[in-house]
Amino acid sequence: MSVFADFDTIMERLASQRLWDFPGGVRPEGQKALSNKHAIETMPIPQKLFIPLKQHIGVDADLVVKVGDYVKRGQALTESHNPFALPVHASSSGTIIEIAPKASSHPSGIEELTVVIETDGKDDTVQYHPISDYLNQPHSALIEAICKAGISGMGGAGFPTHVKSSNVKPIEFLIINGVECEPYISADDRLMREHAWQIRQGIDILAHLLSPKQVLIAVEDNKPEALKTISIACQQQTNYQVISIPTKYPAGGEKQLIQVLTSREVPSDGLPIDVGCLMYNVGTCYAISDAIIEGKPLTERVVTVTGKALSQPKNIWARIGTPVADCISAAGYDRDRQVNPNIIMGGPMMGFTLRSGQCPIIKTTNCLLAPAAKELPTIEQEKPCIRCSACADACPVSLLPQQLFWYSKSKDYDVAEEYNLFDCIECGACAYVCPSEIPLVHYYRMAKADIRQQQLDKEKSEKARIRFESRKARLLAEKKAREEKHRQAAAARKNAMKSDGSNAKDKIAAALARAKAKKAQQATIDKSANDKSGNDQLASNQSVTNNPEQTPANTKENTPDKNEKIAAAIARAKAKKAQQKMSSDIPLEKSAESNEQVTDNNNNQSGNALSKKEKIAAAVARAKAKKAAQQKNNDS
Amino acid sequence: MPKQKRQLNKKIMTAKSSSSPHHHIQRGTGAVMRIVMFACIPGIALQTFFFGYGILIQVLLAMATAVIAEATILELRKKPVEHALKDCSALVAGLLLAICLPPLAPWWIVVIGTCFAVVIVKQLYGGLGYNLFNPAMAAYVMLLISFPVQMTSWLPPAVLAEQTIGLKDTVYIILTGYTSNGYNLDQLRVAADGLTMATPLDHVKTALTQNLTVEEAINSEIFRGSSGIGWSLVALGYLIGGLALLKLKIINWHIPLSMIMGAVLCASLLYLIDNSIYPGPWFHIVNGSLIVGAFFIATDPVSASTTNNGRLIFGFAIGMWTIIIRTFGNYPDAIAFSVILMNMAVPLIDYYTRPRTYGHKVKAKSISKE
Amino acid sequence: MITYVSYAILAVAVLAVLFGLILGYASIKFKVQSDPLVDQIDNLLPQTQCGQCGYPGCKPYAEAIANGDEINKCPPGGEATIKELADLMGVEAKPLDAAHGVEDVKKVAFIREDECIGCTKCIQACPVDAILGAAKQMHTVIIDECTGCDLCVDPCPVDCIDMIPLAETSQNWKWKFNQSGTGDIPIRTVQ
Repeated sequence: MSVFADFDTIMERLASQRLWDFPGGVRPEGQKALSNKHAIETMPIPQKLFIPLKQHIGVDADLVVKVGDYVKRGQALTESHNPFALPVHASSSGTIIEIAPKASSHPSGIEELTVVIETDGKDDTVQYHPISDYLNQPHSALIEAICKAGISGMGGAGFPTHVKSSNVKPIEFLIINGVECEPYISADDRLMREHAWQIRQGIDILAHLLSPKQVLIAVEDNKPEALKTISIACQQQTNYQVISIPTKYPAGGEKQLIQVLTSREVPSDGLPIDVGCLMYNVGTCYAISDAIIEGKPLTERVVTVTGKALSQPKNIWARIGTPVADCISAAGYDRDRQVNPNIIMGGPMMGFTLRSGQCPIIKTTNCLLAPAAKELPTIEQEKPCIRCSACADACPVSLLPQQLFWYSKSKDYDVAEEYNLFDCIECGACAYVCPSEIPLVHYYRMAKADIRQQQLDKEKSEKARIRFESRKARLLAEKKAREEKHRQAAAARKNAMKSDGSNAKDKIAAALARAKAKKAQQATIDKSANDKSGNDQLASNQSVTNNPEQTPANTKENTPDKNEKIAAAIARAKAKKAQQKMSSDIPLEKSAESNEQVTDNNNNQSGNALSKKEKIAAAVARAKAKKAAQQKNNDS
Repeated sequence: MPKQKRQLNKKIMTAKSSSSPHHHIQRGTGAVMRIVMFACIPGIALQTFFFGYGILIQVLLAMATAVIAEATILELRKKPVEHALKDCSALVAGLLLAICLPPLAPWWIVVIGTCFAVVIVKQLYGGLGYNLFNPAMAAYVMLLISFPVQMTSWLPPAVLAEQTIGLKDTVYIILTGYTSNGYNLDQLRVAADGLTMATPLDHVKTALTQNLTVEEAINSEIFRGSSGIGWSLVALGYLIGGLALLKLKIINWHIPLSMIMGAVLCASLLYLIDNSIYPGPWFHIVNGSLIVGAFFIATDPVSASTTNNGRLIFGFAIGMWTIIIRTFGNYPDAIAFSVILMNMAVPLIDYYTRPRTYGHKVKAKSISKE
Repeated sequence: MITYVSYAILAVAVLAVLFGLILGYASIKFKVQSDPLVDQIDNLLPQTQCGQCGYPGCKPYAEAIANGDEINKCPPGGEATIKELADLMGVEAKPLDAAHGVEDVKKVAFIREDECIGCTKCIQACPVDAILGAAKQMHTVIIDECTGCDLCVDPCPVDCIDMIPLAETSQNWKWKFNQSGTGDIPIRTVQ
């Protein structure tokens, strides 16, 4: 049981710039200089925008636009009352030309429902509703505005910001994450350098909402300019403190940053709020300020487009929904000079390779990395683990990756869980240092997915068992009830028999009782045992089919409803017969013939339920054909 | 322009898709093993200087055997040969075995030992990464038990020997058992002052059985002059190599430090009890293969403990066992036995020394009350 | 001499009685209360109630296993279930008995609704009541409840029930190793 430092101790240490450390971590080459030298550029509006409906953790919202609609920038495309759903907005004006599944910006590349907007270049916006005096507004109004602006965490997983901000528990530290520990990425760096004031506005709003005791703004010490500008922006606020964090990957991970700043550890089954902390990315702060002060929904973000395969790596303001291909060609990507074309969304440590150039920029996209041929090493062959435990030394959450690997690979999931597989944050430090080039994180991801699947299956099978058992119980109860009715009826009959002959009245009563009993019995049978009545039907049908010529005549007198039933029955019977014939090796033509016969029969029927009959006939024909084919297969 | 873009899209679509991280440190298993081999060079050089060319020939012989044995067994196991050879793990096993053998041991000793290490201890357990025991040490133990005479026939430091043995004679001895002049090993050994020359550990052990005190034993011929310093310098050579490994982060400090600490503590304790029959800690450190063991052998990643606390226990226990077996056992040196002994305990140690994972066993709430 | 022998015999006898008492006491005192074996087995079975094992449901098969039947007759559970059963029963895991079917991807039943004639036969066949409908009304499958047992397909007189694999979405998508020749490294060329 570890006891963490209390508020005063932490403040004392922070005042003297003494931080804590997290175990492990790696120090890959930063490569930030590639992209952080130039100001953020604004991209021309792309011709088409691909806006996926789902861009964050949470629930899908409902579509409120349709193909052909003209939308303006900032217009909501989806809407939902679910607290975990966020709207998405049109990021420029134009016409919706398609709403269809498109390649998603997800490691799987599986297509997801996407609104395609053909932009008109005017970039008309909807009327924004800024909340300028947010200090006098109720918290709920601000949170609603944040939700309406569609803001989700812009640093990583994309958790809906308004959910995080509706917190009611007391907070000691509001931590603003400007660490950006992953190599290559400089989006937050540039944002802090250029828009420190707006970020501070965002922090002010959050501080107003959450009233923390202290606001900590953490910036890695490889970004001195950003550190300076953000310090200047925050210097008037007494309870804001900008802290320089030693450069080490993954210091920017939520849990790791909390540990570095406060020595506290987020419980493995808990949230940062449990240790009195709440963390926001600087990009999120910027977006919040945009949403409240200017009323602008989240329609663009800073994206680092970098890598040595680009002639001008840089940071850009990219509209949400811009295809990746547009972004990288704006940064001077020349495919023809690439031996091994490969675009990574996110950084080199946690990003994923894109499946298509049409994948759009989404709210969580902070980087597009186009590495040159030899920039990132290609892993050729996994070699045996030599248990050097370099991975354990690098693991920021003190796991034993070599053991996890062993158990994940052998699918020994119980033990893997015992070794805390689910505490893995998939930062990639272990696989980065592995001398045997084992894709460790990949094994963990598979194991996690398998375990989750197993749990789901378990739940489902439990549900199935309950349903199966309740069905059995129901059938049993019905059977018992039926027997009970039978017994009662018999008793009634017996009673009647006993009193038989005494007088006429009794006789009548007995007859009535019998009739009643019979009725009751009939009712039970009808109600409870559909299958019995079905069988009866079938049996009667069978007898009818014995002389098919008479059938039409018979059925004509019947109600149309009955007609249908009988027609269906005939069809079934025919099908059955045909099947039997087939099984005794009668060629296919015959079945076709009988097929026609059925159709003829059906045509003879009164026209009442013609369409239905046709359908049935068609179905029967199909069934027959299928069976015939099967039969043939079996025979041959 | 649109056409170009479409082309671009099409081209990106042929990209490979792989799992993160996409970045990777550029030091593979092979590189690690090569660094280990280079780190042995100072020690081997000094050993050559003091004990003649024997060690060099043994090393070459062992490495050649190791590669051949590894290739053969992989071929038999129908595993890719090339990749496995590139990781150099067999070479390291051969090398480590060779530097522990007497320099003039006959050729078949090293060949049998290396084959045993590679084929039985390593490959039959499933190959690299699966062996329970340290291959070099398991082979050493096997050889020591099977061929005690050959395994304890050390020549005195070259400077002490009356006649220095040249490269040619060394090869002759190792291959045939006789020098080109027809002397055999025993004749060479008694050449100087008629003393049977062995390692200092051997010598002290023998002396103690003859009811001499440690002081008397240490004052004897073998420790005098530059010869006595020879053993210490060899240990120093390996220490330098070992420190280089530490610096390059090939090995962690836990095992070497705790192993030496274990040995020192145990030896000091015995020394305090009776310094006439138990030599002091310094003697134990500079003599025998404690330093090689601490930096090169016990740190073998495959068979050692993998948690930091586990490594401390693992190393400490090896150090302790070494002194105990050296003092009370029948064999003069004990690194191999201790390492094998502790290899067996590794799964247990690892299980009970798992580090506390982030966010586990912590209080859910530690906010100061307000 | 005889006394020595008798002493020895006596001592052994006393020890035997003593240990017998201790063991007997321990077995009562420290008795582990566990689920009946059948329930434990039933917990491991996938509960598809498909009857491919030859028993009318998972529970009956669980009972059969408890009574010594083979553990490799459950295709929906596949190798994973066999492994778990083997662990539980303390027997060697065997490959799936092909006579009872082969392991397949998870599927659910789907009724082509415009072809359904409302005969209720599938409803009666469904072991988990996952089909909704009434006589002469169109039927439909509750996908979340369907176990993919296949039992509704045969009774359908018009063959309007298909078993279709569940579609992969980005929610249920799993990282997987590509089965390429180059080994276990997940490299995939996208066309």
